[in-house]
Amino acid sequence: MPDAIAKIDPGNFVEIRGLSFSRGDRLIYDNIDIDIPKGKITAVMGPSGTGKTTLLRLIGGQLKPDAGTINVNGQLVNRLKRKELYLLRERLGMLFQSGALFSDLTVYENVAFPLRVHTDLPEPMIRDLVLMKLHAVGLRGARDLMPSELSGGMARRAALARAIALDPDMVMYDEPFTGQDPIAMAVVVKLIRSLNEALGLTSIVVSHDIQESLSITDHLIIVAEGRVMGQGAPEELREVGSEFVKQFLLGLPDGPVAFQYPATDIAQDFLQESGDLQAQGDSKESPHA
Amino acid sequence: MLDFLQRLGRNNLARLSALGRAGIFFFQALMHVPSVQSIPLFVKQLYAIGVLSLIIIVVSGLFIGMVLGLQGYYILVAYGSEQAVGQMIALTLVRELGPVVTALLFAGRAGSALTAEIGLMKATEQLSSLEMMGVDPLKHVIAPRLLAGFVAMPLLACIFSAVGVWGGMMVSVDWLGVYDGSFWGNMQAAVDFRQDIVNGVIKSLVFGVVCTWIAVFQGYDLVPTSEGISNATTKTVVYSSLSVLGLDFVLTAVMFGDL
Repeated sequence: MPDAIAKIDPGNFVEIRGLSFSRGDRLIYDNIDIDIPKGKITAVMGPSGTGKTTLLRLIGGQLKPDAGTINVNGQLVNRLKRKELYLLRERLGMLFQSGALFSDLTVYENVAFPLRVHTDLPEPMIRDLVLMKLHAVGLRGARDLMPSELSGGMARRAALARAIALDPDMVMYDEPFTGQDPIAMAVVVKLIRSLNEALGLTSIVVSHDIQESLSITDHLIIVAEGRVMGQGAPEELREVGSEFVKQFLLGLPDGPVAFQYPATDIAQDFLQESGDLQAQGDSKESPHA
Repeated sequence: MLDFLQRLGRNNLARLSALGRAGIFFFQALMHVPSVQSIPLFVKQLYAIGVLSLIIIVVSGLFIGMVLGLQGYYILVAYGSEQAVGQMIALTLVRELGPVVTALLFAGRAGSALTAEIGLMKATEQLSSLEMMGVDPLKHVIAPRLLAGFVAMPLLACIFSAVGVWGGMMVSVDWLGVYDGSFWGNMQAAVDFRQDIVNGVIKSLVFGVVCTWIAVFQGYDLVPTSEGISNATTKTVVYSSLSVLGLDFVLTAVMFGDL
């Protein structure tokens, strides 16, 4: 399909241009441009509920944008046919927040799954590959466990082994640090860094854990309120970023993002409420009058 | 009034669009059915849907047959025609109770399980992760389950009828003393293979398609929360039961009426 093929800057793996996306009446993205550089770790950060996971789903083609283009390695994801999209996805790995391991298969079978479906490799070779991937995440000994027997951190590592089973070009991590204890978190941080270097991956990490993300990221994108608030190297953003970027990176409770949810004037609110109660009290009393 | 009309319109539009989605979903899934790779998946589902439903089907069939034997005997003996109890049991089971009761039990046993399983796979992002791995969930998850349902239902209905006839025989012949020659003889004379048995199998095949379709679609289309899963399982059982009973009337009118 020729119109699904487009030029891409050789330094980028993903280029998003003029992307708009809304869910119901809510505008999630309003005409944004994003570059994901090839071979680097890009962190996409922003307050909860700004649609960071949505961005990953848009890149993976699970959601269709209302406007704009998403160019993944020279292919326009939003114009691919179903079959071509599934072919492209074989080159992408994604680590879901919950791990999303298949609960009826062992850890070994989970990692072997993409190999069995997409390749005709003989069983001994599949075994070698699976053990290599499991060894890389430190779970070679846990291969016979069922997903229900794994801790949250182990499940995420097993899912990571599955995501890299086919040696993808890019891995997308959806909130990899959330709900992890400090040790498990350090393990994941180390894994993301070392896998990116060892396999020559492009990585996208969606997170709001500032310290962990900043410790491994080469490129930082901050999204909020449907817009890109800043993108560039982390040090650069900390120096020259807007007030919002500074508030976010320093984790200040009040600033451009107000502590209070938008509301009417406080004095008016309290006065109105007491007025309403008064009125209700009057109407209740009236039958007895 | 205006509010009511708006709500009515919105609900009906939502229903229509769900129906449309269900149709597209069904045909997309069916396009994936014939593939060598999916045979082990199909066998696994046939076991889960068919073999594991056997106990409830066999036990229900046995008791329904026994009740039919008792009731039939007490009514017919008043007219001195208790030998006809065999044909009564067989025709009732093969034409109606076999397909219908099997479908109702199937909706409760296997249909609800299918919905909950697929719904939980959706809630735990397993379906999403299949998609992101480049594996089409319609091919890998939905198609084998649909096909297994199509195959399992007629087989279960046949087993139900056979066990029912046996239960009826135990009561009327072994217990109440109907002459077994006339029990079987009348049955053989009255039950026509094409008219009764084939039509019964066609009915159960239709019910199998409808029940499995409803169950997998409800699972695939649900809102992935605990409330969504419980709503969807309830819908599966209610919609399947109502469709089975409604379709049974239509099919009976077409097959046995002079339409």
